[in-house]
Amino acid sequence: MNQPHFTYEAEGHTLIVHLPEELDHHNCSGLKYETDLILSENYIRRIIFDFSRTRFMDSSGIGILLNRYKQMALSGGSVAIYGAGSQALRILKMGGILKLMKLYDSKEAAVTG
Amino acid sequence: MSEQNKPEILKMELEALSQNEEFARVAVAVFMARLDPTLEEVEDVKTAVSEAVTNAVIHGYQGKGGIIYIEVTVEGQELTVSIRDTGIGITDIKQAMEPMFTTDPDGVRSGMGFSFMEAFMDQVEVKSEPDKGTAVIMKKKISR
Repeated sequence: MNQPHFTYEAEGHTLIVHLPEELDHHNCSGLKYETDLILSENYIRRIIFDFSRTRFMDSSGIGILLNRYKQMALSGGSVAIYGAGSQALRILKMGGILKLMKLYDSKEAAVTG
Repeated sequence: MSEQNKPEILKMELEALSQNEEFARVAVAVFMARLDPTLEEVEDVKTAVSEAVTNAVIHGYQGKGGIIYIEVTVEGQELTVSIRDTGIGITDIKQAMEPMFTTDPDGVRSGMGFSFMEAFMDQVEVKSEPDKGTAVIMKKKISR
């Protein structure tokens, strides 16, 4: 039906997480474990979530984003977002995420910061 | 399209598996298409259904599986979605519905499920009894 897995891309101290089409409880299950692993083995100062493939998200997506935000905030890092469509954007706003993470139009803009 | 007064009903019984969360919200979205909803109304309902089904999978059945009963009724322009489980139930419904309240020990659940259901539907009613299960009945008027 869709590609449920996350793909990861590192650029220097920045980790880009390409999110799946459907960001729900089912598809979120691996994200905490996988990013914990990456963060423990690499010096990451910034996480960027790529929403450009995401067509649906619910409060499970908010939960995992808040969790990752807290993790980065503890180590003085930052979290950003790009590529969010209308449905994801509404959920991100309602979940208070846009107060915590900066929203960019493109990957390049998000990486530059 | 049938006559205005006769309700149309969809009934589903789904296994409480996380991979069925997507199926449930997509099936309800397809069924409600007969009301000619806007894209935003479809997204609202999909999100609310996803929240209720996820609650049944995670909380009602504690991830151990069971059957989720979904009933969707279309009457005139009103959509009613009932999502029911026969899981552990909720002892304190008021507390469970408080924004940000969560029983999750891992810190990955936002506690916003019921808030989202209430934000996206016109009416949300929760009936629950410990050890008997939980039913969430949500209504939304679809504009046309």
